[in-house]
Amino acid sequence: MEQTLELYIINASYLLAAILFILGLKGLSHPRKAVRGNMLGAIAILIAIVATLVDHNVILKDTWEILLVGFAVGGLIGVILAIKVEMTSMPELVALFNGFGGLASVLVAGGALLKAVGDGQGGDLQITISTTASGLIGAITLLGSLMAFGKLYGFKFIPDKAVRYPGEQIVKLLLLIGSIVLGVLIVQHPENMTYYWMLVGAGSLLGILLVIAIGGADMPVVITLLNSYSGIAAAATGFVLSNNVLIVAGSLVGASGIILTKLMCVAMNRSLSNVLFGGFGAVADTSSADEVYGDKIKPVTADDVAIFLDTAQKVVIVPGYGMAVGQAQHAVKDLTHLLEENNIEVNFAIHPVAGRMPGHMNVLLAEVDIPYEQLLEMDDVNATLAQVDVAIVLGANDVVNPDARREDSAIAGMPIIDVDKANTVIVIKRSLSPGFAGIPNPLFAMDNAYMFFSDGKKAILAIVAAIKELG
Amino acid sequence: MLEIISNPALAKGFIFILVITVFVIAIFVGFEVISKVPPLLHTPLMSGSNAISGITIVGAILAAGLSLTEPAAATKIIGKYSLAHLLGFLAVIFATINVVGGFLVTHRMLAKFKKKD
Repeated sequence: MEQTLELYIINASYLLAAILFILGLKGLSHPRKAVRGNMLGAIAILIAIVATLVDHNVILKDTWEILLVGFAVGGLIGVILAIKVEMTSMPELVALFNGFGGLASVLVAGGALLKAVGDGQGGDLQITISTTASGLIGAITLLGSLMAFGKLYGFKFIPDKAVRYPGEQIVKLLLLIGSIVLGVLIVQHPENMTYYWMLVGAGSLLGILLVIAIGGADMPVVITLLNSYSGIAAAATGFVLSNNVLIVAGSLVGASGIILTKLMCVAMNRSLSNVLFGGFGAVADTSSADEVYGDKIKPVTADDVAIFLDTAQKVVIVPGYGMAVGQAQHAVKDLTHLLEENNIEVNFAIHPVAGRMPGHMNVLLAEVDIPYEQLLEMDDVNATLAQVDVAIVLGANDVVNPDARREDSAIAGMPIIDVDKANTVIVIKRSLSPGFAGIPNPLFAMDNAYMFFSDGKKAILAIVAAIKELG
Repeated sequence: MLEIISNPALAKGFIFILVITVFVIAIFVGFEVISKVPPLLHTPLMSGSNAISGITIVGAILAAGLSLTEPAAATKIIGKYSLAHLLGFLAVIFATINVVGGFLVTHRMLAKFKKKD
């Protein structure tokens, strides 16, 4: 009878944890409630951990010391990573955490398979099939994420560009078929762990091959997709253990990753399969850089920009990955404050795929105390751009390319920020080199556009100095 | 209901239907809740969901906390610990990194989002 009561309490705790996860994510619908939402999630995990420790008296068993060491080591590494990381490196950290999530699923599923066989439950199809799923998806997530991390971090031996070779899709297909065969073998011979490790090996290789074929600027899609995989792997682990809280939490994360992946694809007007297997270059674009730019490029200096800004009333800044790379956000803050002191309204236009992960620019600008009311979404900003006096494009390229409106362009149909509708456009860029899509940007040659050739941070600092000099 | 509980084969199938039900409903709830998160907070959403996927720590605890007398712990590989213990131990480490690091870094980020004063 006592055991039944314990079972009720433990499962009630798991239910409470699941509810708190949902409420926590709900809190993220508004920045004001988000901090509390995140804490609810943390409390949920704490409840689930305590319930699990009480369950089967785990904590009182003869191996409790490895749990304690595991918590301590993991906790310490987690704290260090979370405190040390720069806001610009958030994509790398999220990629790394995705990978750890995948690894944890691989390990838990392996342990659960051993336990099931030991308990004489090796014939349980729910356990063996979901172990296979958890091991495979977990391994893809682990190595795929490590590759993504390597690309984002800029390791020399991992090319930032997409690596393509003849027959690559066939190689991946064969690996997938091999994994399914190994899955069948695991179901038939669950006592033979070799099959499980071979499956993990195949999944790891698949993860590497999937991500190595994807270029740096497509990382937002890759990271969101791997985020979703880490959730699905956790949910699969939940099926292995018939544990509801794992299933609920894993599904929430899986759903979140899928939604973000879809948003990223829509923001580039590309299908997921095009990002994963296709890449750019399918559409022939005939216009060369010389034809587009000709002698229509108008270079300007910081002093010229200061004069444009002197008479402006509304300014919009469009940040891109270049702002993160050049660590220009602090300079941007100084410029924003200076303009606001001169009673100029400053807003930021954030394209969904600006940066290397969804929301990347928002975090950087929040870090330098730009209030979130000034961080506008693409559609809201586009509605007002015709009334904007000066638009400053900082380290962004493809997301402001008006060619996206042309049907024969490589980026046809991609939603863009319509900076060309602003009265004056200042583009801060090192050179006329193309963005990720590899096509020229006719914006640079437009009558109302001026090029400030410089490093982003230096350019903004120079503009600040020029405005101050102007008085 | 009584028949299900007393028949092990039926009970197994019943549990499977239950977990599938939970899975499907959770996905629907996930879509509803997550679609309301504004793009402004998409990075914290990702790091926060990283932390949530650290829920695998529950499974890790169960594997690392196997009693030495349980059958799965029969074959020792390091000292008194079996392969299942080792896998559980490593899983506890990585899941804890995700949980602690994920929630902490999300908190750090969210604290930076300020209203205009």
